[in-house]
Amino acid sequence: MSSNSLTSAGASGRTGDKVFSGFALGAGALILLVLFSVATFLVVQAAPTFVANPSEVAGGEGFWKYILPLVLGTVIAAAIALLIATPVSVGVALFISHFAPRRLAQGFGYIIDLLAAIPSVVYGAWGVAFLAPAMAPGYQWLADNAGWFPLFAGPASATGKTILTAGIVLAVMVIPIVTSLSREIFLQTPKLHEEAALALGATRWEMIRMAVFPFGRPGVVSAIMLGLGRALGETMAVALVLSSGPLIASLIRSGNQTIAAEIALNFPEATGLSLSTLIAAGLVLFVITLAVNMLARWIVGRHKEFSGAN
Amino acid sequence: MSKRIDVKDLNVYYGKFLAVEGVNINIDARSVTAFIGPSGCGKSTFLRTLNRMHEVLPGARVEGEVLLDGDNLYAQGVDPVTVRSQIGMVFQRPNPFPTMSIRDNVLAGVKLNNRRISKSDADALVEKSLQGANLWNEVKDRLNKPGSGLSGGQQQRLCIARAIAVQPDVILMDEPCSALDPISTLAVEDLINELKENYTVVIVTHNMQQAARVSDKTAFFNIAGAGKPGKLIEYADTQTIFSNPSVKATEDYVSGRFG
Repeated sequence: MSSNSLTSAGASGRTGDKVFSGFALGAGALILLVLFSVATFLVVQAAPTFVANPSEVAGGEGFWKYILPLVLGTVIAAAIALLIATPVSVGVALFISHFAPRRLAQGFGYIIDLLAAIPSVVYGAWGVAFLAPAMAPGYQWLADNAGWFPLFAGPASATGKTILTAGIVLAVMVIPIVTSLSREIFLQTPKLHEEAALALGATRWEMIRMAVFPFGRPGVVSAIMLGLGRALGETMAVALVLSSGPLIASLIRSGNQTIAAEIALNFPEATGLSLSTLIAAGLVLFVITLAVNMLARWIVGRHKEFSGAN
Repeated sequence: MSKRIDVKDLNVYYGKFLAVEGVNINIDARSVTAFIGPSGCGKSTFLRTLNRMHEVLPGARVEGEVLLDGDNLYAQGVDPVTVRSQIGMVFQRPNPFPTMSIRDNVLAGVKLNNRRISKSDADALVEKSLQGANLWNEVKDRLNKPGSGLSGGQQQRLCIARAIAVQPDVILMDEPCSALDPISTLAVEDLINELKENYTVVIVTHNMQQAARVSDKTAFFNIAGAGKPGKLIEYADTQTIFSNPSVKATEDYVSGRFG
């Protein structure tokens, strides 16, 4: 009998391999399972709302009439947050990665990471107790001087509890996440590319534009999307800060509401159809987040040929 | 265009560590000068001080003078950005900007410092630079494709085109062929021979045959031991260094007895 020595040898060392690959597969499958269960739960629970008589749904004019202002309110708050947070975060990340002296940079990075760990209710409390009153005179000034512009139409909120304040609070919450991730990306810029730019006679800022930004772009977009996820889904801070009301264009009046805050505020008393309506609102938020993430992937993937991956 | 370099009593430090000590060397304009020596002898470090690229590392500093046609690179008020735009550099590994097209890579240095260039001038410059780097015929039909799609040797020549597009006085090359195959190496060596008609070229190489093939003069650097500073041992015509060196260590090195 001729036995092949290659077939029998080494099989005992493979157990670890099998365990690990099974574990990795299980972890991957679990994520899909959780996502699928959440989606199923939302769809099943929300279904009664879509088939109900429009006059019985909150607001009395059907679900879509009810949800549209909330969707817009959510998008407005998140957009304000990102408009503020993106430039600040990229600036801070660049400062830490390329401008600050090394010792200062380390301490700075640590503080940023700490900011990310503060619970959202604390941000909310800060927003309502400090930021809103502090912003109120500013809103009054905007209403007096820029009131002709629809976004700053008066009368300004006297308490400062407006969608703009909520957006600013969200920005402060998003900044640590985006900064932290952007800094990691910027630090990974290949030395080779940075030196290529410098050796051509680039200033530090030109080097950043030629080497650091192109390399970091996909990562920064991902970081912003993670931040957007937090801004879209943030519940507690918005519920505390915003004095909600119907959809209005002005950012400095009381009014507007976000989906997440609406759910949180109404959930305790909701039963039957109203509960189902809130869950349907959650489903809409889920879909928005999904759509935004796909959009981001598309943006990142558009220039694949030039990504440097080849 | 091309300028000479005179180095006087140059010491290079990383923090408190003296990396290169007491270098005096005169490099002629329109010539190729090779730096050879064992690993860690400070030849790359010294090369980088010739366009102040060593300053990229925190704590790096020099004592002494580097004169570019008589102007000290380290005089008060000299901006390293200006120095680097006049003394170009090609690196060990080809490093075209991955997100830029071949054309944009060539123009990368030209567009710096808010300089504007008309499209026709840019086209002419791209063609001239790529011709100058012996790359034009290979890439003229795909100037808008990414530079990272080229082969290693083509990428390195693209980097050379990028360096000569800004019309520097001097081109420094830090082991430009060490990541290339023999055919590409030959292409780059041919190019170096042509470049010396217009530029002062300084090349660091580990390959002694390469130094013998391309350079007019050769400088041999050596290090007495780990933790000791690198020194310039001997500097002479390439012919002399390889056939009749005056220092024993040089002879041992070029004949392959150590290093």
